[in-house]
Amino acid sequence: MKALLKHRELILVAAIAVLIGLISLRFPAFIAPRNMVRVFDDTSILAILALGQMLVILTRCIDLSMAANLALCGMVMAMLNAAFPGIPMPLLLAVGISLGAGLGAINGLLVWKLDIPSIVVTLGTMTIFRGSIFLLSSGQWVNAHQMSDAFKALPRAVMLGLPVSSWIAIAVIGLFVLLMSRTPLGRSFYAVGVNPTASVYTGIDVGRTRFFAFTIAGAVAGLAGYLWVARYAVAYVDIAGGFELQIIAACVIGGISIAGGIGTVGGAVLGALFLGVVNNALPVINVSPFAQMAISGAVIVIAVIFNARNERKKGRIILKKAEKAEVAP
Amino acid sequence: MSAVSHSPRNIPDRLESPFKSALKSWEMLLIIVAIAIFVANSFASPYFLNPWSLSDATFNFTEKAIIALAMAMVIISGEIDLSVASIIALASTAMGFALQFGVDTPTLVAIGLLVGVACGAFNGMLVSGLGLPSIVVTIGTMSLFRGIAYIVLGDQAFRGYPSDFAFFGQGYVWWVISFELVLFLALAVVFYIILHRTSFGRSVFAIGNNPVAAQFSGIRVRRIKFILFILTGLMSGVAAVLLTSRLGSTRPSIAFAWELEVVTMVVLGGVSILGGAGSIFGVVIAAFIMGLVTFGLGLLNVPGIVMSIFIGLMLISVIGLPVVIRRVRARMAA
Repeated sequence: MKALLKHRELILVAAIAVLIGLISLRFPAFIAPRNMVRVFDDTSILAILALGQMLVILTRCIDLSMAANLALCGMVMAMLNAAFPGIPMPLLLAVGISLGAGLGAINGLLVWKLDIPSIVVTLGTMTIFRGSIFLLSSGQWVNAHQMSDAFKALPRAVMLGLPVSSWIAIAVIGLFVLLMSRTPLGRSFYAVGVNPTASVYTGIDVGRTRFFAFTIAGAVAGLAGYLWVARYAVAYVDIAGGFELQIIAACVIGGISIAGGIGTVGGAVLGALFLGVVNNALPVINVSPFAQMAISGAVIVIAVIFNARNERKKGRIILKKAEKAEVAP
Repeated sequence: MSAVSHSPRNIPDRLESPFKSALKSWEMLLIIVAIAIFVANSFASPYFLNPWSLSDATFNFTEKAIIALAMAMVIISGEIDLSVASIIALASTAMGFALQFGVDTPTLVAIGLLVGVACGAFNGMLVSGLGLPSIVVTIGTMSLFRGIAYIVLGDQAFRGYPSDFAFFGQGYVWWVISFELVLFLALAVVFYIILHRTSFGRSVFAIGNNPVAAQFSGIRVRRIKFILFILTGLMSGVAAVLLTSRLGSTRPSIAFAWELEVVTMVVLGGVSILGGAGSIFGVVIAAFIMGLVTFGLGLLNVPGIVMSIFIGLMLISVIGLPVVIRRVRARMAA
């Protein structure tokens, strides 16, 4: 099973490589290291969010409120920064991440304690979070000149050839690798997704595991909220509107099964990178920005078809040994 | 934890009277909520209790509610369609495109409905033909359909629909009763009959409760799901005709994010998001509740985004409160 999963990630790596290769045939500048760094940096927010969403999807839930959570945390941090420019950055980041985690925990509690399906909960909190941004900011924008220089400069600052936002993404990826492979909690996300009933009998609290998945996803959204607001140097009600679907799309492209239990950190990151390369390549090859939506839609549909075929094959091999013998030679 | 709290099954020695069980039903709760909102609204604003403003209020939700009727059946069957708003955008764009060639109103309507059916068939093919999870498929087609509208229109808009086309979204059948409202109520009756009075409707419930068992009892699961997606596409086409006619123009951002409001309406109406349970009557009342809330708050000059907080809170509390009440009762009994 592991070989097959690795196989899928290899396919994704190959797909990204072919894509970059094709584009650079026509536009050699695209493959220049500086541009590659830019593409990676541009994708870092999506990759971070996709990792959080991955945890939630692994446990057979879905979080539609991540983009709204991001926007709310981003707005709170921007307003705090505008009102009290003296707050040191680490403290501000801690506030944003804890706020995000708290909002995620609300989702998690509703799913855990009230047994409400996650899609209903997060559909509701999505609109509530967005509305709260409006109540908080009374519809006003926080513009670049209101933010302190330190606030705007941090993600753009270059360290060892990469912007800090890329380093943050790499750090988050590292943490997730550790979480998923080295901690009981990480393993229990898979267990809950593969078979919730069996998880209960092995002593895993399904609801509590889901609660942690939502809380971590929220924390990640809070972090992404800072990166987003600082990067674009503006905060308003509608930032990252509709981004929740891009996040899910990245997960799906990365081979994370919407039915739960299947998916890897590498897959989520590669799925995000694939979308990032596509989105960055379109303006380069002179495709109208209006076509971007249709193309990412088509990519999602194709990825789903592709993943489903892989999953089905695996199911057969497990279920029917005879078929395996038939396929093997 | 929750597994423990389930009490052993009680079998009552006699069934509750139908009247008593109707009183306890979800629909009754919704009706009470609707009446409460109606009364609160009439106290809150002096402009509320006026036949014309009430008639205006219905325009806010009839188009969404028409899609919600079909969406209810899709959700009862255990699937979901998030692409409905994008189908509206594509169907409306197709109508606007045809308009450039000077087609007449019946053709415009036919084109809108046909595009809706085609989009629904595309979803249905992917979901039931290839056996893909509908939530991801329709997230994809949601971008795809609206994306095509953006490719055609860019930042432009189609305008200049013929004057007789305006009837669908702006016309009145009698006094303050609009064509949209009449069409919605007629479709609600049709969907009620399909879902609650035909074997097709029973199959939809069976599929939602247990697709494998339904398959083994001779129900053509894939075909029925395919039909349901086409039906949702068709209703989105109907909504596209009504909305385009009401607005008199087509932009690619038309009906943006409506899918979530439609799903909210369906869930508020007591349809289980996990499939297998729900009623058309509940969805119809939920549609009126959402219409009354948004209209009442609108009269009080509450901005749309703040209304969405109310809708979100309502969604969570209406689903969550019964669970809390049941738990508290169980604790008191024990």
